[in-house]
Amino acid sequence: MVNPQAQPTNQGAEILRIVYPHDDSVLLHLSGNWRIGEEVPSSDDTIASLSGRPGLSHLAFDTAGLGNWDTTLLTFLVNLKDWCSANDVVYDTQGLPPGVRRLIDLASAVPERKGVRQEIQTESFFARVGGRGMNVVSSIGETLEFLGATFIAFLRFLSGKASFRRQDLWQFFLESGAQALPIVSLISVLVGLILAFVGAIQLQAFGAQLYVADLVGIAMVRVMGAIMTGIIMAGRTGAAYAAQLGTMQVNEEIDALNTLGVSPLEFLVLPRMVALTIMMPLLCIYADIMGVLGGFIVGVTMLDIGPIQYLIETKNALSLTNVWIGLFHGAVFGVVIALAGCLRGMQCGRSASAVGYATTSAVVTSIISIIVVTAVITVVCNILGI
Amino acid sequence: MNEGEPQIVVKGLDMGYGSFVLMRDLNFTVRKGDIFIIMGGSGCGKSTLMKVLIGLKEPSRGQVFYEGVSYWEAEAEEREAIMKRIGILYQSGALWSSMTLAENVAMPLQQYTTLNERQIKDAVSLKLRLVGLAGFEDFYPSDISGGMKKRAGLARAMALDPDILFFDEPSAGLDPVSARLLDDLILELRDSLGSTFIVVTHELASIFAIATNSIYLDVETRTMTASGDPKKLLHESSDPKVKSFLTRGEEGLQSATGGQREVTK
Ligand SMILES: Nc1ncnc2c1ncn2[C@@H]1O[C@H](COP(=O)(O)OP(=O)(O)OP(=O)(O)O)[C@@H](O)[C@H]1O
Ligand SMILES: [Mg+2]
Repeated sequence: MVNPQAQPTNQGAEILRIVYPHDDSVLLHLSGNWRIGEEVPSSDDTIASLSGRPGLSHLAFDTAGLGNWDTTLLTFLVNLKDWCSANDVVYDTQGLPPGVRRLIDLASAVPERKGVRQEIQTESFFARVGGRGMNVVSSIGETLEFLGATFIAFLRFLSGKASFRRQDLWQFFLESGAQALPIVSLISVLVGLILAFVGAIQLQAFGAQLYVADLVGIAMVRVMGAIMTGIIMAGRTGAAYAAQLGTMQVNEEIDALNTLGVSPLEFLVLPRMVALTIMMPLLCIYADIMGVLGGFIVGVTMLDIGPIQYLIETKNALSLTNVWIGLFHGAVFGVVIALAGCLRGMQCGRSASAVGYATTSAVVTSIISIIVVTAVITVVCNILGI
Repeated sequence: MNEGEPQIVVKGLDMGYGSFVLMRDLNFTVRKGDIFIIMGGSGCGKSTLMKVLIGLKEPSRGQVFYEGVSYWEAEAEEREAIMKRIGILYQSGALWSSMTLAENVAMPLQQYTTLNERQIKDAVSLKLRLVGLAGFEDFYPSDISGGMKKRAGLARAMALDPDILFFDEPSAGLDPVSARLLDDLILELRDSLGSTFIVVTHELASIFAIATNSIYLDVETRTMTASGDPKKLLHESSDPKVKSFLTRGEEGLQSATGGQREVTK
């Protein structure tokens, strides 16, 4: 359709001339190049000037001077055609080049399917509020249903009846355990360093820099280790779970499991949950040690605390209760992150963008849940006095 | 036409997504040993109908009977018993991406049979041989081509030698020779095991070669506008859309597609 030989551009030339041979008919003279990048008249302007002539019933073309053309010409002509059929004007294609005519016929061969194009409805304020409210209720319902079903799957796992693949479980242990160590080390050491620095400035004023060891030890072991690990794992593993399950949803893999009579909850969700819930407390212990190491580095190199002295002070500061509370945090975070990741993955729609959305919302859900859970545990500990 | 026992009976079925009605008032019977073709233009709801038939999507109205049992009213155990007897090839293949081809095909066998490992391995390599994938046992779905995924999906669908097989566009993405071999395989399985096939396909050659019965879903009226053996429909149908579908637009809807014909010539 496009003639490859170079043609002069339209600069200054008259591209479109509108002639009215009779009162009720119009002839459009098209000339020059109608291509992407050229200056061509807009169909809106043309339609506007045609609309200014009442009683028009015939539209014809003269394309004797037409050079190269592409979609630019076609969209112009198709818009005119739509206008013609809306206004009962005969659209005479005789004067168009045969190629243009065929493509226009092709574009109008399949009529638009009714009811497919989504109407943009402006809803009233109350309808919108009501709709949001209903959505919240149904999403809470969905979440509870998922929790219930996962719990039943977990009971079946405990009684050894759940069907899943052992090698999958090992794979998830590896992914959510050993492979997370480098980043957990880095973040925890840095958090330990930061805590020690911030504390040291205050404590030095009283000559009490030794208590940096207490500060870092208690903060890391009781809550910071778990929270930092939780946030890392939410971004790393929770997001991965959501993306994996979402992709399986897109590929109809989950349908294939369902029709085989295999519960996706047992087969896909359970091993992920179990792996993360077991690995999280272990990662927490590791993060605690790394955090203390960070404090140790600051204490020994900058605050002139003796290495042995620092360690003894840390040991004295820490009670077993603190360790248990930290581990409890970790285990709960593990459950929460795995649940959020798997829930969002299972709820995923059937497109690539839905997978992206599922991943993002898995991370957001996990992080919010981590903070809320921490607040609840802290308050409860406070009430219990531990 | 095939006079076997009715195996799947669909009565007054409506289906859609939310308030969007896709098809209404579908009625048809699939008999034992049938090769039943679901025809219709792109996007008319063939895959959705298949999802309703295999129990993945609830219809908005109407019923699906499997040998007299209404699937959507049956108890969970009854449903499971029905599901055990069907094999499915999804339009996208739907292989489990974390498993090798052999593990994919083995999964239904592990789930529903008591075969030992050795027997499963033999059965798996037989199925993969049947679809021309011998030697690809240890490949992951990400390491094979689109057409190969289709064929592996086929092997998985056939793993349990099911009574009823659902294929969603089995020959899309296959070369003409493999598509022909697939037709032969379908006929072979029907004759040797007496399986019933429900196939969504646009391949006219294969429709005429293997179909014993069919329905045509029409996008515009949103219902089935024809049913019967496609070979007979070709000559006897008075519906221009069906004629047009079965002749690739050569006959039937001349006026609407006139411009299109000129271009493709
Ligand atoms: N999950 C969904 N939510 C909403 N609408 C959907 C969904 N899936 C499909 N549809 C709509 O249903 C219609 C039918 O889809 P379906 O996949 O059944 O078509 P099909 O006949 O199999 O088409 P093809 O031949 O292209 O595979 C489409 O128009 C699509 O817009
Ligand atoms: Mg489809």
